[in-house]
Amino acid sequence: MSATRWLLEVRRLKKSFPIRRGWNRKVVGAVAAVDDVSFTIREGETLGLVGESGCGKTTTARCILRAMAPTSGEILFRAADGRVVDLAPLSRAELRPLRPQIQMVFQDPFGSLNPRMTIFDNVGEPLLVNGLRDRRARLERVADLLELTGLRPEHMHRFPHAFSGGQRQRIGIARALATEPRLVVADEPVSALDVSVQAQVLNLLLELQQRLHLTLLFVAHDLAVVKHISDRVAVMYVGQLVELATAEAIFRHPRHPYTAALMRAVPVPDPHAPSGDVALAGEVANPANPPAGCYFHPRCPFTIEACRTEAPPLREIEAGHFVRCHRADELVLAGVGAEPARGAHGVVDSRGSQREDV
Amino acid sequence: MSVLAPAVPVTAEERVSVASSWRLIWWRFRKHRLALASAVVLITLYVVVLCPDFFSTQDPEATDARLAFIPIQRLHVFDGLHPSPWVPDVAGKRNLTTLRMEWRVDETRRIPVRFFVTGYSYRLLGLVPTRIHLLGAAAADGRARLYLLGTDRLGRDQWSRLVHGTRTSMTIGLTAVTFSVVLGVLLGGISGYCGGPADAVIQRLIELLQSLPTIPIWLALTAALPRDWSPQQVFFAITVILSLVGWTTLGREVRGRFLALREEDFVLAAELAGASQGRIIIRHMVPTFLSHIIATSTLAIPAMIINETSLSFLGLGIRPPAISWGVLLQEAQNIQTVALAPWLLVPGAVVILSVLAFNLVGDGLRDAADPYSQ
Amino acid sequence: MTTPVLRVNDLRVHFFLDEGLVRAVDGVSFEVHPGQVVGIVGESGCGKSVTMKAILQIVEPPGRIVGGQILFQKDSGAAIDLTRLSPKGAELRAIRGAEIALIPQEPMAAFSPVHSVGEQIIEALTLHERQWRPRGPRLSRAEARSMTVDLFRSVGISMPAERIDAYSWQLSGGLRQRAMIAMALSCRPRILIADEPTTAVDVTTQAQILNLLRDLQRQHGTAIVFITHDLGVIAQMARYVVVMYLGRVMEQGAVEEIFHAPKHPYTRALLKSIPSMNVPPRTLLPTIAGSIPHPLGRPRGCPFHPRCPDAIPGVCAERVPALRPIGSTQLASCFLYNRDEASEP
Repeated sequence: MSATRWLLEVRRLKKSFPIRRGWNRKVVGAVAAVDDVSFTIREGETLGLVGESGCGKTTTARCILRAMAPTSGEILFRAADGRVVDLAPLSRAELRPLRPQIQMVFQDPFGSLNPRMTIFDNVGEPLLVNGLRDRRARLERVADLLELTGLRPEHMHRFPHAFSGGQRQRIGIARALATEPRLVVADEPVSALDVSVQAQVLNLLLELQQRLHLTLLFVAHDLAVVKHISDRVAVMYVGQLVELATAEAIFRHPRHPYTAALMRAVPVPDPHAPSGDVALAGEVANPANPPAGCYFHPRCPFTIEACRTEAPPLREIEAGHFVRCHRADELVLAGVGAEPARGAHGVVDSRGSQREDV
Repeated sequence: MSVLAPAVPVTAEERVSVASSWRLIWWRFRKHRLALASAVVLITLYVVVLCPDFFSTQDPEATDARLAFIPIQRLHVFDGLHPSPWVPDVAGKRNLTTLRMEWRVDETRRIPVRFFVTGYSYRLLGLVPTRIHLLGAAAADGRARLYLLGTDRLGRDQWSRLVHGTRTSMTIGLTAVTFSVVLGVLLGGISGYCGGPADAVIQRLIELLQSLPTIPIWLALTAALPRDWSPQQVFFAITVILSLVGWTTLGREVRGRFLALREEDFVLAAELAGASQGRIIIRHMVPTFLSHIIATSTLAIPAMIINETSLSFLGLGIRPPAISWGVLLQEAQNIQTVALAPWLLVPGAVVILSVLAFNLVGDGLRDAADPYSQ
Repeated sequence: MTTPVLRVNDLRVHFFLDEGLVRAVDGVSFEVHPGQVVGIVGESGCGKSVTMKAILQIVEPPGRIVGGQILFQKDSGAAIDLTRLSPKGAELRAIRGAEIALIPQEPMAAFSPVHSVGEQIIEALTLHERQWRPRGPRLSRAEARSMTVDLFRSVGISMPAERIDAYSWQLSGGLRQRAMIAMALSCRPRILIADEPTTAVDVTTQAQILNLLRDLQRQHGTAIVFITHDLGVIAQMARYVVVMYLGRVMEQGAVEEIFHAPKHPYTRALLKSIPSMNVPPRTLLPTIAGSIPHPLGRPRGCPFHPRCPDAIPGVCAERVPALRPIGSTQLASCFLYNRDEASEP
């Protein structure tokens, strides 16, 4: 990984939603959807943000996009003019000039385009509101964008209902690229698509990224997709970052038991591949009432006493490899394609099941 | 067995691809035959509203006590085999015991009915002075008259009065709903888009208004109208009163749409593009629910018409000499009139017809309003 | 070879829309043997869900079964054609739920929110009690309740006695799906139809549910028709796989053959195009060109030919290939393997 400078630095980001009860909507508590999350995205890289539903990955993405205001923390963004701006405290009006530089690709290709506007109007909207008033210039630019994303420019006067899911997703990408953003946040961009179309959209994102030197924050629940597209991967669990490393490192040698379990839970499209016994017991903790100590300890096969009482910090155990686990140094966990290995206290057998022998 | 793809001509597909939402709505609406027929009825009624005098056969205000309670003259389309419409003349004789005029139809004396005849003078659309009327009796002596729907107790021509009543009642329905839409969209929009305390205040206001018993409120409000107001002032006041109570349903609907739309991805996309709040509302949100609002308002018009009719029927709404359906029905208030002159109930049938037509069109629009649902 | 418990024969389900005719299922045939897991896999619009609805006879209008048979083998030995039964008749109701049960994709929608989950299973039990005890005393409420608790325990729900009084909305996604499986199993069906049972849950929960289904299948020997779009899930669950595309079966065969020796170009392309954990990252994936056609604009001939890299000019666009055996258990509908048929005039 070349030491390019960072484009986005998220510092101690926190977003909590109040829990209201009663007729007067009194605040009786708070759910910490994102709890003290920090990471950086370098220029031109793809950071994959993975986790199960409710882990806070989408909330993190929306805070960075400032579709919602974070409760606390900093979102430092290196703007096109070289200034470093903290997006977190900015008002609506202050954000508007920065909007074109951070764009989003949505999950649902059917809800993300205005059905009452043509493709030209949908894709041209960011151009128009950012000052490109000349219709001819806009027509040309939209045609270029459609061509760039593999669509036929002559279809730009059609309405979204004339396009399939995959085509609409391309339109959504074209719109996101219209303002030449420096950062694109893609929130589950392929999870609503059919398998045969997923690959097309993934390829498109990879190509565009190389061609336009895009920086991408790729939010997804599908590990295979994330592995395919990311330079670095961040794993979230109940609002916290539990592991962050290069894709290579995290998939070969996961250091957090949750990451390892998540990988083993993905069904491999090969009948000979071992179908693991129950990878993880129990369910994702309730973020409104998380367990004491490490949030993962009730499901973790390697729990020791410290896990129950003490919340582990996120620490760098190798250069660029961050883990939130007390036992990260001693455990050796199986990654993808890696041979089973013996841990200090845990055994991971070839079928992927873990036994605790503490 | 060979499986052939259904023949979808490229041109048809292309046509659908570039069809705007309004076109899609129209294509869907077109499929409701009943709604389409009702739309034709409504359009006809509103054409009448535009120039009632043209459709009148006589001056609706002209009274002649000697011509009271003339029954409906049957309109014959053919004279023998010729298409030449005519009505039989009526001859009146006072019954000396009841002292009422008794009318006998005289089939032998035929009054020819002609199109575009000259009658009383008026201004077409309030501008062009003219004497031409759509229908009229063409008789040599000028005395012969046409009573398509009979006359009332003052000898006024019921048809012409009905045509003028249609203008008032249909206009009141439309304007009252327009006021309601303005109020509903404005307050519902603020409530839905801003949320917070504004939302709470407006929602409580809607609840308050909806919990008030409407009839006593109307009674009180209309009774409070000064007696010396001109018919136009009364008309306007009634419209405002109707819409002050009527906007609540629409307000709720608009608020619901705003709340749902705020969560839509394409609205967020517009926000992330840097669009201003005003632009998001005008360009992205309003067009999305406009068709729904039109459908809901169409369904609200009949209620307004019925409200106006009821008020006027009770003598609290539009007051004579102004004419509305309610005023006309007032004439048929006592059982004696109904028994002796049942044709005075015809305005009731027109009320039912228009209300039905509005409801059917509204239903059709509501079904067609979201062309993107399956 | 055992007698199949379910035989779908040239099934055709068409939807008569105002815009035109949609052949949602157009000549689908497959067999389900006792204790076998058959996976039906395909992308949106391939007709897998409609096939499932046809088996349960719950196709909504304007859809209609216009041809084919669905033969269900009863215990007594007589096979009955489900398409001949009245969709609301007693005979079909006795089969549905008791002999063929469904695990739906979204259990939230399948459970009523106003009755507790246990209540609904108890009701199903009492309704179908005659399946176990054609004669004898009626099932008492207490018995039904204790059976439900046992069922809950068997699907791995902790604290079953408390959980059966919960409402569906109080349960987490995973628990809800387990409760749904308990309900489906309550009448000991011979066939379980699982319609994307793990699409709405997370990966770790999915792994748990799949394990549970595998265990239950091994224990009870229930045949499962497993419908999904996820090739990974199919590979892990099914022994026999049916690959569908636009209402037709492209290929079917034993799971090893489908995944290790796919014959149909569609299956081959589909398998190559999924990002896998074992593929080197940040490389372009092989893709299938174009997109799935709109159901109303289905291509002539083989439905896959416009996207097929191996399409034979003048053949694939004209005629529909029949499903023909290739090898011992594998069948494919492709002219590449039926040169004789392809060269026929």
